[in-house]
Amino acid sequence: MTEQAQQVEPASSGNGGGPLLQASNVSKIFGGLVAVNDVSFTVPQRAIVSLIGPNGAGKTTFFNCMTGLYRPTTGRVVLDGRDITAKRPDLVTKAGVARTFQNIKLFRTMTSIENVQVGMHGHLRSRLTGMVLHTRFNRREERESYEKARELLRFVGLRRHNEMAMNLPYGDQRRLEIARALASEPRLLLLDEPTAGMNPQESEELRKLMEILRSERGLSVLLIEHDMKVVMNVSDRVTVLDHGEKIAEGTPEEVRANPRVIEAYLGSQA
Amino acid sequence: MSTAAATLRTNATNLRRLVPDWVWMLVFLALALLYPYILDQVMTAPADLLDASITTLAFIIMALGLNIVVGFAGLLDLGYVAFYAIGAFVIGWLGSQQFDSVNGGKGIHILTPVKSAFGSDVPGIHVNFFFVIFIAAGFTALWGVILGAPTLRLRGDYLAIVTLAFGEIVPRVFENSTSGIFGIGHTDFSNGRQGITPIDKINLPWTTSTFNSLELKPFYYVALGMVLLVIFFNVRVRDSRLGRAWIAVREDEVAAAAMGVNLVRTKLWAYALGAALGGFAGAFLGTYTNTVNVDQFDFGFSVFILAMVIIGGMGNIWGVILGAVALSMMNRYGLKQLNGLPDKFGLDFDITAINFGIFGFFLLVMMVLRPEGILPSGRRRLELREAEIDPTDHIGPASDHELYETRQER
Repeated sequence: MTEQAQQVEPASSGNGGGPLLQASNVSKIFGGLVAVNDVSFTVPQRAIVSLIGPNGAGKTTFFNCMTGLYRPTTGRVVLDGRDITAKRPDLVTKAGVARTFQNIKLFRTMTSIENVQVGMHGHLRSRLTGMVLHTRFNRREERESYEKARELLRFVGLRRHNEMAMNLPYGDQRRLEIARALASEPRLLLLDEPTAGMNPQESEELRKLMEILRSERGLSVLLIEHDMKVVMNVSDRVTVLDHGEKIAEGTPEEVRANPRVIEAYLGSQA
Repeated sequence: MSTAAATLRTNATNLRRLVPDWVWMLVFLALALLYPYILDQVMTAPADLLDASITTLAFIIMALGLNIVVGFAGLLDLGYVAFYAIGAFVIGWLGSQQFDSVNGGKGIHILTPVKSAFGSDVPGIHVNFFFVIFIAAGFTALWGVILGAPTLRLRGDYLAIVTLAFGEIVPRVFENSTSGIFGIGHTDFSNGRQGITPIDKINLPWTTSTFNSLELKPFYYVALGMVLLVIFFNVRVRDSRLGRAWIAVREDEVAAAAMGVNLVRTKLWAYALGAALGGFAGAFLGTYTNTVNVDQFDFGFSVFILAMVIIGGMGNIWGVILGAVALSMMNRYGLKQLNGLPDKFGLDFDITAINFGIFGFFLLVMMVLRPEGILPSGRRRLELREAEIDPTDHIGPASDHELYETRQER
């Protein structure tokens, strides 16, 4: 645990008051297709920010640019004063950004606990000699990671700890993905359509979970979401993308009243 | 499946559950330890079977090594013979008279007999076998990384093709290293097609008497010791954070990277450790067969080891061991039984000449009937049988390779 705390320390000492994540002028061009066009965007500390927009607006592409899966064509992504633009995904994760995926990407034949333990991979320090000889350090680390994994699973409300991920019901798979992301001790959690396929009660539980993450763990959450009820209830700020461009930004009420947003969703009343 | 077979299986499972795992392990260990003496009792001429068993033990180590690359990390490697070659040449260099001019013709001896049986000086480098196997493992691990690094961006078929090429290149390099290696220097590293022979026999570090080919039991116990060491190593690594990372990478590279797994390092560890075991066993086979010759290192050998892994059960240590024993023994004895077969059909060829064709056929049959192997790992069976369980259960696209641009740089 102490080692993990040290890991996070340098990142948090970057700048106290500024935004946690700052993306400036990010564009992503695939051949002739401009998927994300010059989007600037900030996530404040301890905030829940939503990214909405019609299908194909470039939301997930923008996510991928921020987590290192895509290299932005132009622009910079800065996490707490550290430039993470086009860094390798595992380094971005180590820097404190964790994510879930729109189409669930669990390690399907691993148990819930093992999935979460993989999420801790970047924080584990055992060396090969330790793994083979089961040194005291290695044993302690394995035990602690196991306990911590169980704790995280309880935290997200998943009871079937030794079930293979592929055998879990859909809602539990979503929960497990969040637990796995939390295992990397992120400061910013990116959730890509977490309530897709959830019933209203499950969505409500997820909303509460996000509030707890912010208030108790001090995380910021960046959310892609289609369920407007969730978005409007939970978000401090909402950013709207359409055709790769940012068309609106503001509080949920401001965005809801914005004529360009209404046009993007409903089409223009010509 | 018929009910009789199902009942039989249930009974077998019950029997297995009845006795704890460690008891089974002790039973197997005792059998393995007593095996040469049991052979003495039940057979009139056990030397041939004991010889086959010793080779099998070496193949088990190689199969377990390849299992790390193919079974755990999911990287298809068709050039595993390269690591056998490198390991064998390490003992060729460090345990023969190949470099006879070294140290003014007097040779270098590290815990090996200095004088020959006739009392004359033995030139060349002679390092004790028990050091050489670890040097060979380390050296091949290094080459595992060097050969693995260029393949990191490849997947599936392309990875197979490149590793296949490496498996061909490495023996050719040795074959042509009669005057310097990679064109550097003029030392003869390989004797070309003649190969390096004889290789020092094993001697225990605290004695100067060496093992001899008339008494095979000591070789058997050395090989068995090496196998036990390798099994221990494999089990421990499989259950570590590295083992988890391998499975994660095999299952979903993108998700693994997004969870903080360094793909380059994780894959290179698989290549390095897999290769190390190939070199470990290769050095043993070098001294046991008393020769290191490029003819031993053909493509068929890579397929032979790969077939052990696949038929035994990818990813399952015990399955791979079973596969290695089955194929190795079949290669030695099973094919001889079929020798009259071509004659009956009016054909005139030796069935052992097409042994790899026969293994290929077995591989195909396995792929159709039981793709997960004889004794599969639970995970692998689920992966391979998943489509049958519930085709609608698959969430998301099957592949998103292009999703991942910055994956393996710096």
